[in-house]
Amino acid sequence: MEKIFQKTRGLNDRIFHYCPGCGHGIAHRMVAESLEELSLLEKTVMISPVGCSVFLYWYFQTDNVQASHGRAPAVATGLKRANPGSIVVSYQGDGDLASSGTAEIIHAAARGENFTVVFINNAIYGMTGGQMAPTTLVGQKSSTSPYGRDPKFAGYPIHVCEMLATLKAPRYIERTALNNVANLNKTKKAIRKALELQEKGEGFSFVEILSPCPTNWGQSPDEAMKWLEDNMIPEYPLGVFRDAKPGEVKA
Amino acid sequence: MSKKVLMKGNEAIAEAAVRAGCKLYFGYPITPQSEIPEYMSRRLPKIEGGAYIQAETEVSAINMVYGAASTGKRAMTSSSSPGVSLMMEGISYLAGAELPCLLVNIMRGGPGLGNINPEQADYFQAVKGGGHGSYHLIVLAPSSVQEMADLTVEGFNLADKYRNPVMVVAEGNLGQMMEPVEFKESYPQTVDHSAWALTGAKGRPGHVVTSIYLAAEDMEKYIQKLYRKYDLIEKTEVRYEEFMMDDAEVVLVAYGIVSRVVRNVVEALREEKIKAGMIRPITLWPYPKDIIRKRADQAKFFLTCEMSTGQMVEDVLLSVNGKKPVYFYGRFGGMVPTPAEIVAEVKKYYK
Repeated sequence: MEKIFQKTRGLNDRIFHYCPGCGHGIAHRMVAESLEELSLLEKTVMISPVGCSVFLYWYFQTDNVQASHGRAPAVATGLKRANPGSIVVSYQGDGDLASSGTAEIIHAAARGENFTVVFINNAIYGMTGGQMAPTTLVGQKSSTSPYGRDPKFAGYPIHVCEMLATLKAPRYIERTALNNVANLNKTKKAIRKALELQEKGEGFSFVEILSPCPTNWGQSPDEAMKWLEDNMIPEYPLGVFRDAKPGEVKA
Repeated sequence: MSKKVLMKGNEAIAEAAVRAGCKLYFGYPITPQSEIPEYMSRRLPKIEGGAYIQAETEVSAINMVYGAASTGKRAMTSSSSPGVSLMMEGISYLAGAELPCLLVNIMRGGPGLGNINPEQADYFQAVKGGGHGSYHLIVLAPSSVQEMADLTVEGFNLADKYRNPVMVVAEGNLGQMMEPVEFKESYPQTVDHSAWALTGAKGRPGHVVTSIYLAAEDMEKYIQKLYRKYDLIEKTEVRYEEFMMDDAEVVLVAYGIVSRVVRNVVEALREEKIKAGMIRPITLWPYPKDIIRKRADQAKFFLTCEMSTGQMVEDVLLSVNGKKPVYFYGRFGGMVPTPAEIVAEVKKYYK
């Protein structure tokens, strides 16, 4: 029999600790596959953030460093400046990147640092048990917005891609989602493109991935996928927000 | 032959770091240490593999150091008291992940915004923690511009040897002071970090730099391992200077810039036939407690002098361990104690 599919060398055989229906497993595989396809595994340093994906180094067959909450883009900056020949991937969640680490992500992007950020947006704090995140939708219930996020008290969700796209330095910014096959394919393509641009030394590349969190949304995996489609995508439109050389501003 | 050059303390630190092979500097301006990032911003871009970044915050600066140090290369940051407070989270992570790097604190007045005058009030923060968790920094306290250069090089060597962050602490006036300083042409680096450094996993399993140990048993083992290292450092790396201590009955203890004042005090007291001497800790951690304990046998009393309300005096008390009285004299807010003040203080207790 002809073998038509096999597991990527970018991941080892350890079973993911993620909850059923969580998007991290899919995103991990896409990052690992892309690194393998581009022959970058052997020069990659992955950064695992604080949050559900803190144990990312259990799975990836690369060098790995664990960063504190929000600081991954600063750690990535140090890594890449120290070793410009490496491929640096900062993998961060929305509590990490859009809250503790807003300064770090904005300034790394503004400097046009030549690394790749994979930003998993599930509109909630996962690891700490489902508290409100900066990306939590208006009206969305969480353990710290039990009556639904009220913008009068909690403000409005932060749109990271749109915010970063106001800067001149980023090379590539795209938002994708994990809700159907077409969008999965777009996600994989975006990750690959981001890594390719980094390898060519073209600058800061950023892929935001809308991802389900059935456990903390209190839904079944199926319901969560539907909720993502009906609620998250309208709030966080998919697409390319920047694909231009640093200094040029065009969508 | 190298020759002496006249330099500010802050510049001497920066130049020594470059000569010691530090190619990576990440920092944020704050008085009275801004000459260090200014110097690095001129110097490092001209060196192959060199990078200087003015970070957006001190928090980012220390995390850039964390990233760069993870590659096994020599990296550093510098700041002054309020900035160093902001770095404490990252410092705990650096100690936790056992990353070698150099941190410089050119201390100023505090707490809070304080002022830009010299103080020694960050002693607790440097020596006793400041960040969360059970850890130690190796803390070096120069008392001259020459020593600022020498201990910068030494700091990188110790950091490499023990895979531990090292902090050089100096007072703002020492950072700003100009004195002749002499450098060697080069300072060889001998420690190989390839067994753990993150350089891409070519031909080997991936390396991991982390400080997370979820299981209680693992966490305990890891802290025990750290403390075995700290025990070794305490046994082998204590540095201090003694001045006129052979027959001293009045033992003055001071570090950094204050030790220079106290040196004059010792000389003045000796002229009055008072047998005074000084112990100057050069490593604030590991603390030279053994020599202080030993000198307690010959001492009538100890007087610790600091530019703080009394922080190091606690380590002197612990070292003397009740054998003899320990007194304290301090000025703060940028006030530097004068020899006359300290002489008068000694005479209060000298009978």
